[in-house]
This record gives sequence, C-alpha cells and structure tokens, in this order.
Amino acid sequence: MISINIEKKLKTYGGQQWLSINHDFATGSTTKISGPSGAGKTTFLKIIAGLTSPEKGIIRIDDTFWVDTSAKINLSPQKRMAGFVFQNYALFPNMTVREHLEYATKDEVWIDRLLKVGKLETLTTHKPEHLSGGQQQRLAILRALAVKPSLLLMDEPFSALDSEMKIALIAELKLLFAELGLTVLIVTHNAQELDGLCNGELRIDTNEKP
Amino acid sequence: MPLVLPPSVLGFYLLLAFSPQHGIGKWLHDSFDLQFVFSFQGLILASVIYSMPFMLGPIKSALQQLPSSLAQASYTLGKSERETFLKVLLPNIKPSLFTAMVLTFAHTLGEFGVVLMIGGNIPNVTRVASIAVYDSVESMDYSTANTYSLILFSITFVLVIGVFIFNRTQAKSPLE
Repeated sequence: MISINIEKKLKTYGGQQWLSINHDFATGSTTKISGPSGAGKTTFLKIIAGLTSPEKGIIRIDDTFWVDTSAKINLSPQKRMAGFVFQNYALFPNMTVREHLEYATKDEVWIDRLLKVGKLETLTTHKPEHLSGGQQQRLAILRALAVKPSLLLMDEPFSALDSEMKIALIAELKLLFAELGLTVLIVTHNAQELDGLCNGELRIDTNEKP
Repeated sequence: MPLVLPPSVLGFYLLLAFSPQHGIGKWLHDSFDLQFVFSFQGLILASVIYSMPFMLGPIKSALQQLPSSLAQASYTLGKSERETFLKVLLPNIKPSLFTAMVLTFAHTLGEFGVVLMIGGNIPNVTRVASIAVYDSVESMDYSTANTYSLILFSITFVLVIGVFIFNRTQAKSPLE
C-alpha cells in the first residue's frame, strides 16, 4: 500500500496555488492521473520520485516512510528508485538504446526481454537522435522498467505512439506490470487511451488555500 | 578574480605567495622541496590559475543548458551525482569541453604578464615564446622576433580554425 498525504505550493500564471493530495494506492494497482493543465500532475509524480519536495506531508510505502516532513525524513531519489518515464523522455544523447538499459541494469537477460517488449531489438546500436518519437518513448519506458522498480511513475507515456503500437505495447506492459507486481501511476490527458490498463483513477485539481 | 585582474598583478601576488622566504612558498620548499618561483612548474601552476576561469565559464554554461531531466532520470536509476556527472552530463557537453580546452590552451600559449612575473626570463627554463618575442624586440633582433611571432601566430591560427571547423561539423547540440 502506498499512502500519500502531501501539500505543495505551486507557482502558476494565475498566482500561487496549492497541490493537496490525500490518496492511497493499492500495491499492484495501476492508476490513471488526470486533471487540467498546470494542476500539478507532473509535480505530483516528481514529489513521489524525490525530485522535488512537498511543503508538508507524508509518503509511506508499506512500512517505509519516503517522506515525513514532521520527522524531517526525505529519502533521496537514488534510495527510492521509483521508475520514472519523463514527458520529454530525458534520454541520454551519448548512449545507444542498449547502453541506456545497461546503464540501469547489468541483467542482460532482462535487457533482452525489455528490448523485445519494446520492439527495439533491431535498434540496439542506435542513439536517441536516430530514433523516431515513438521509439524514443518506448526506450524511456524500458529504461524505467530496467531497474525493476516497485513503483513506476509515467508522465504521458503513450502520447507519441500510433494507435496500433499503443495497443500492442499496453498489452505487453500489462503482463510485465502483473509479473513484477508493480504499482503504476500514469499521468494522461487522454483518459480513453488507458482503458483496460488502469484499475483506478485520481483527478488532480489545485486549490487557492491548502 | 583572475578574469578581471591585470595578469601582471596576479603574477605579482603569486610571486609573493610562492616565494620560498615566507608563507605557503616557504612551507612547500621546506616540506616538499618544491619551488614554484622562477621554475617551469611555477609557470604551469600560474598558467592554470590564470586560465582556469576561461575554461570553467563555457563548461558551466554548457552544463546549465542541458535539461535538468537528464540528471533526474539518472538519479531515479539509483545513480549518484558523481556517476551522473561522469557518465551522463560530461559526455553530453563534449563539444563545449573540447572547444574550451583548445581555446584556453591557445590563450595560455600567448600569456605574458603572469609567466614573466613568476618565471622570470631564464633561458631554457622559464623563457616562453611570448617573452622571447619581447626580448628580441628589446634587443632590436626583429628577425628572431618575427620567427617566434610567426610560430605563435601559426599555432593559434590552426587551433582557432580547427575549433571553427569542429564546431561546424561536430558541435551540434546533442539535444537537437
């Protein structure tokens, strides 16, 4: 079980807003996160990953506190090791497809399996600049999965994929998520694209006061 | 400070700091038998202190231009800041790194004030090309001055052209 109860001040064009989330995510669940632009969906994922900190609150994974502001607990991203798929992919321009996965894990069997899932087996020596948008997005997903995280955070992970590839990849990912017992949080603007993958939903809206 | 101080002023303070009669210079001399004043290693040390800011500026600027998500992605894979810097950030500013190194080298090659102050002008020990040019002109030996100048000019010209060509062909941002 992942328990989250956090508050974070957001600076928006409309002035100061508050992101307040109080939600529990069952272990192994896949949750769709939706909400208007600027509501703080990406910030929410970054808070969970440890890439930014909340003003106050707690994040508890089973019995382990990742964040507890009252006890001044705030684990580093390296200790949390939550898989993160960035909206801009954040691929490393100096690394090939295979090097991306080898940077994350030494498990060659797992790497080969991921390459097969992402249909990138024939592109292992290509660098990101020589991949299409969809291929880059798939690589970003595979890299996040390479460390076999217990929690996977995905920020608009299917936006660059054509519908055929999206359906095939989602089917494969569904099996992988179940196999790894992964808890997954997926930010999306297109709620329909995740039909059949998610079994929960969280809508995020900002408030003027905490 | 080395960016804005006149080289002769920087050289003067380095001369005082590394003088074997007192302070750090005395300690280095007594403890390690190291003498940086009027020695070739002193020239190297002074040149590094003088030129380092010219190199660090472009490198810092290149690092700041990389998207923060690159480092963040590496952290979420469990990598330390050191490993992230060495394996993700540094390789992606290679063109800027190369340009900064070459231009700093060219800049150092023609340095005059700092090296004259700390190294003096000892033949075969601390006399560098730029000082040799000055010396030759002082003694009205324009032919030697011309030879040294031509060598310095050629090396600098080749380096600058090399960097220009490299930037045109290789230095495309890795994120484009």
